[in-house]
Amino acid sequence: MTKSILPGMLAIALLAAWPHAQQPTQPPAPQQPSELEATLTSEGNVAPRLAIPDFIALSSDAETIATAKTISQVLWDDLNFEREFTFIPRDVYGSIPKATSFNDVPFDRWRELNADGLIIGTVQKVNTGFRVEMKLFKVSTRQAIYPRQYDGSNARLFAHTISDEIHKSQRALNGVARSKLTFDSDRDGERITGTVQQRSIKEIYISDYDGENQRRVTTGRTLNIAPRWSPDGRSIAYTSYRRGGANLFISNIFAGTLDEVTKGDKVGENWLPAWSPDGTRLAFSTTRDGNPEIYIVNRDGSGLRRLTTNPSIDITPTWSPSGTQIAFTSDRSGTPQIYVVDVDGLNISKKTSESYCDRPTWSPAPFNEIAYAARSGPGFDIRVLDLSTGATKSLTFGEGTNESPAFSPNGRHIVFTSTRSGKTQVFTMARDGKNVRQITKAGNNYEPDWSK
Amino acid sequence: MKSARSIATLLAVITALTAAACGKKSPPVARPMPPPPPVSGSNTPGRPASPPEPAREPVSVPSEPMRDDAIASASLDDLNKNSLLKPVYFELDSSELSAANQKTLDENAALLKRYPSWAVTIEGHCDERGTAEYNLALGERRAGTARTYLVSLGIAADRLRTVSYGREFPFDPGHDEAAFSKNRRAHFVITAK
Repeated sequence: MTKSILPGMLAIALLAAWPHAQQPTQPPAPQQPSELEATLTSEGNVAPRLAIPDFIALSSDAETIATAKTISQVLWDDLNFEREFTFIPRDVYGSIPKATSFNDVPFDRWRELNADGLIIGTVQKVNTGFRVEMKLFKVSTRQAIYPRQYDGSNARLFAHTISDEIHKSQRALNGVARSKLTFDSDRDGERITGTVQQRSIKEIYISDYDGENQRRVTTGRTLNIAPRWSPDGRSIAYTSYRRGGANLFISNIFAGTLDEVTKGDKVGENWLPAWSPDGTRLAFSTTRDGNPEIYIVNRDGSGLRRLTTNPSIDITPTWSPSGTQIAFTSDRSGTPQIYVVDVDGLNISKKTSESYCDRPTWSPAPFNEIAYAARSGPGFDIRVLDLSTGATKSLTFGEGTNESPAFSPNGRHIVFTSTRSGKTQVFTMARDGKNVRQITKAGNNYEPDWSK
Repeated sequence: MKSARSIATLLAVITALTAAACGKKSPPVARPMPPPPPVSGSNTPGRPASPPEPAREPVSVPSEPMRDDAIASASLDDLNKNSLLKPVYFELDSSELSAANQKTLDENAALLKRYPSWAVTIEGHCDERGTAEYNLALGERRAGTARTYLVSLGIAADRLRTVSYGREFPFDPGHDEAAFSKNRRAHFVITAK
């Protein structure tokens, strides 16, 4: 069932850049237990105002200086992404004397700018890379309310880790700075030479949540599309044509192995795997019994079970966070619409009545929403259905065509594709449609998913 | 698909085809102009201006109807380049066979009866106005509709495989109806002869 096809070098390269897969290099242990941990607050009910001056390089070599600068800039972006804090504009930082250690921070000057919190960090070169010390100060009391020390070598990963920990400790929020995206792309320009025409291949890519570190994880030189992260972030399930027809594959990207979930001559076409929340099963669509129906299968290909029985098209499944229901697309009413069914195949209910809806994606808890693409004129827009009220709202408004939404692990963001900048590219936006960021620029990029 | 033939055989076939096309026996019929080839790169904004092309890509001109002996000796590549089995085209969001489609499939069925050893893959394709996901199933339905019709005409089901490519492999990369109408199709590829 499993055989090694990915080059070992690729797996090693991925491992080195992966926060969850390797041994933790920066144990977040408080170093000064005498300092009291507290939560940053602000006057009234507004978001606390933060300042993040450049981290202090404790040696004058270029590498340490660059690492210090990168950490503070990426940390600013990471914290800004969740909109839990407001920020002292960076262009006024220059008027404040730079600290050279934790002992000469000009708190009075930061207080004049109405900063509630101040993040000061030092970067020290050590044998294994860098040691980063970070303190979140409450400006009014000059108290270090959240001090941490980290060892590592990856500047961006220091920042992502600090951001996630500050969100967790100060706002009780699971940040997404260390989460990953996956999508398929034709950027390599490789083609299948055929008898009829030249056909562009697609390969599966991954990247950091902010679009950094984009790298290819398949080498099938065929159509590899619609990737989905396993809940543990170690595997990607997708649809591949490497055996001729469409079949389900799982790339275990750190082990460098490939699993074939559907194989044989009698399995028909197999599309669009979606992981169960516990990572043991996949929902997908297959034509093995004549027309596209939703099935569930164990990740090793065993335990196949049919969920829908209808002569129309049933495709694009997504699991509810509890694992008890599946939403999917069916055109049994005449046009593609979103339906929900229990995992035992009972209680099918129609959820949309628009001109054309597809790619439902169930939000994580506590939100109880399904995002989908809805035809709105010549193209599509991203819409969200609130399952508790039945209300729908649009998040995009005809800026190009917008498709294939997927939620971030904390449910506060959506990754999707849009043609608003020309070719089809991956974007992220907040769950209210604001803060749109372009993630990809090379080639065309499709069908993104966000790690859990 | 069969493995590559030797270059010598291929050259011989090409020579034979050329002879068939240019031979004195062929009546000098006026040939319809082929449609202009899609201009590659026209949909890639932002690419720096490239120097003028030294020569046009050779356009594959639809040849005159192949004679039986030429068909029998031609390679799969040549048979498919000449589109002996004609594609059928569909309306937006539809997999219904029009009367014109049925006539096309009648002709394809006649060829498949004349060459009973041929095996064929019917590819279902869609235009970009449907979603990437649903189009996978719509393409399968289009290919299946064509296959069911051919089987109803007596073609053995085990000679006809289907595969859907959704909107992944457009024949015309344009973004207008002229392109879309070419991309909503069931396309026939001879895989064994």
